[in-house]
Amino acid sequence: MLTSTSIRPFPTRATPRSSRFIQRVIKPWLLLLPLLFFNVVVILAPSLGTIYYAFTDWSGLGDAQWTGLANFQRLLGDTIFWRAFGNNLIWCILFLTVPIGMALLGASLLANIRRGQTFFRVLYFAPYVIASVVVTALWRNIFNPSMGIGVQLAKLGLLWADIKFLGDSNIVLYSVAFIDNWHWWGFLLVIYFAAMQSVDYSLYEHARLEGANRWQEFIHITLPGIRPTLVFTLLITVIFSFLAFEYVWLLTQGGPANASEMLSTMAYKSAFRRFEAGYAAAIGLTTSVICLVFGTLFVALRRRGWEI
Amino acid sequence: MTHTHLPVLFKLSRRTPSLLPNYVILTLLALFVAGPLIVLLFNSLKTTSEIGVNPLGPPIYIQFQNFPDAWNKGNYAVTIRNSVIVVAGTVTGVCLIAGLAAYALARLNAPGFGLFSLYLLVGTTLPITLFLVPLFFLWTRLGLTDNLFGLMVIYWATFSPFATFLLRSYMVAIPADFEDAARVDGANDWQVIRHVIIPIVWPGFLTVALVAGLGAWNEYILAYTFIQNDELKTVVTSFSAFTGRFTRDWGLTSAGAIIMTLPVIAFFLLLQRRFIEGLTQGGLKG
Repeated sequence: MLTSTSIRPFPTRATPRSSRFIQRVIKPWLLLLPLLFFNVVVILAPSLGTIYYAFTDWSGLGDAQWTGLANFQRLLGDTIFWRAFGNNLIWCILFLTVPIGMALLGASLLANIRRGQTFFRVLYFAPYVIASVVVTALWRNIFNPSMGIGVQLAKLGLLWADIKFLGDSNIVLYSVAFIDNWHWWGFLLVIYFAAMQSVDYSLYEHARLEGANRWQEFIHITLPGIRPTLVFTLLITVIFSFLAFEYVWLLTQGGPANASEMLSTMAYKSAFRRFEAGYAAAIGLTTSVICLVFGTLFVALRRRGWEI
Repeated sequence: MTHTHLPVLFKLSRRTPSLLPNYVILTLLALFVAGPLIVLLFNSLKTTSEIGVNPLGPPIYIQFQNFPDAWNKGNYAVTIRNSVIVVAGTVTGVCLIAGLAAYALARLNAPGFGLFSLYLLVGTTLPITLFLVPLFFLWTRLGLTDNLFGLMVIYWATFSPFATFLLRSYMVAIPADFEDAARVDGANDWQVIRHVIIPIVWPGFLTVALVAGLGAWNEYILAYTFIQNDELKTVVTSFSAFTGRFTRDWGLTSAGAIIMTLPVIAFFLLLQRRFIEGLTQGGLKG
């Protein structure tokens, strides 16, 4: 890749002016060229393609007919779309509360101890490096309706525990979110923990002198101290919530009966199962616009001085 | 401190809260994480008939037959080779592409670079949903589906922006004098990179290699979409199909899960500090 011709200076052969142009403009851009090339081919051009195909009846093969807003009209009348959108909203609320709460709790407790600190931190982080296919396979066994934890607890007399975690349409979404959270919250914990290390320790000493309890310390010192990190994780949580795909796909593919359907699983099925690539593009574009709106809203509110 | 402060300090230390509740809650959280992993390990050591009566508890008869069985039935010799090829190609490509770009962005300020950085930042936030469908049909037309190289190229594109930002932050920290001194001594660009830049930023490259390597090893959506041929599947997509074929053989699939996770855990424990640094910086961006 790094051929000598592309970056060697040309000290004498070229005229001084063009040589300087090569040095100052051509050479730097040549170094960026591979990055730019692969980014345009893989990400930018197909993304622009999605914007175009969203307004067509493209099947994925052959030509696409311009159909205007037809895909979006169909989307607005599609009950599965509203189901999926609602599920993404529930997902968002779940992930804004459960993993962030667990991570804040764990990180603030961890910040106070010395012995075992590294052990706990590494253990909590470990599920994040395990492949999603392994995490889902292992939880599918634990949640198995005929041999899993529900049946085992029922055998011990806890009859209420005999739940079809991934088969009952009322709770499947929460089960999938639970499993996704198992591998995610430790990642947040490590981020919060790192942020807490940089909070001025003398603030805690002052608070203790004034008789603050642990809860007050957490609310008045820790949380404000890690606010930039916290806000950033809230933002990515919202955005990731509307893109969630992998765990849902691996565990239920949106089932049973669309009970755990997400915008992403709906788009994936449209494109690769039903060969309605134009419709899938419309869903993908809608999802991206939703993320963009939330992202912009977030940034705009912060600019206006909102304490978020 | 003066004597007048002593009573206060004494009071403070007496009032320092006990750490017992910390350890109790932290241990409960640790069990929540470790429990399922321990069940996985237990099941990999049981026979299928034992799992039928004892699906979650510790094994009564420990046996290791599941591991060679899973290796053969799961076609691991082939899929691990495929994954190693993809990981090696991804790591090499990302280090090269991002290394070149990071050097340019850190050292050579050409017109248009500010705009390019902005594009890169926006580009890393574009969701996969936005480009997956047209990309798939483009790749089909180019003959890059069912092709390990085709998958690698996608990983180059998706992992390089984060790697560029990370390496750039390392390179910006190198004093320009180092380079100038080498050039005064007559070093050419290649020699400067080889003897000045790389020795200083190699920890950055190691971090990038670990994150990109882990990403390529574990990645599911793209590998699942772009590779259908069983002989070209990576260990992740092959394992996913394997669990579908042997839904009842928990011992077999648990052993298979451990085979593909063990290298990751080993690397992670060995280099946990670097892993965590790289993933918490890069994972948040993409």
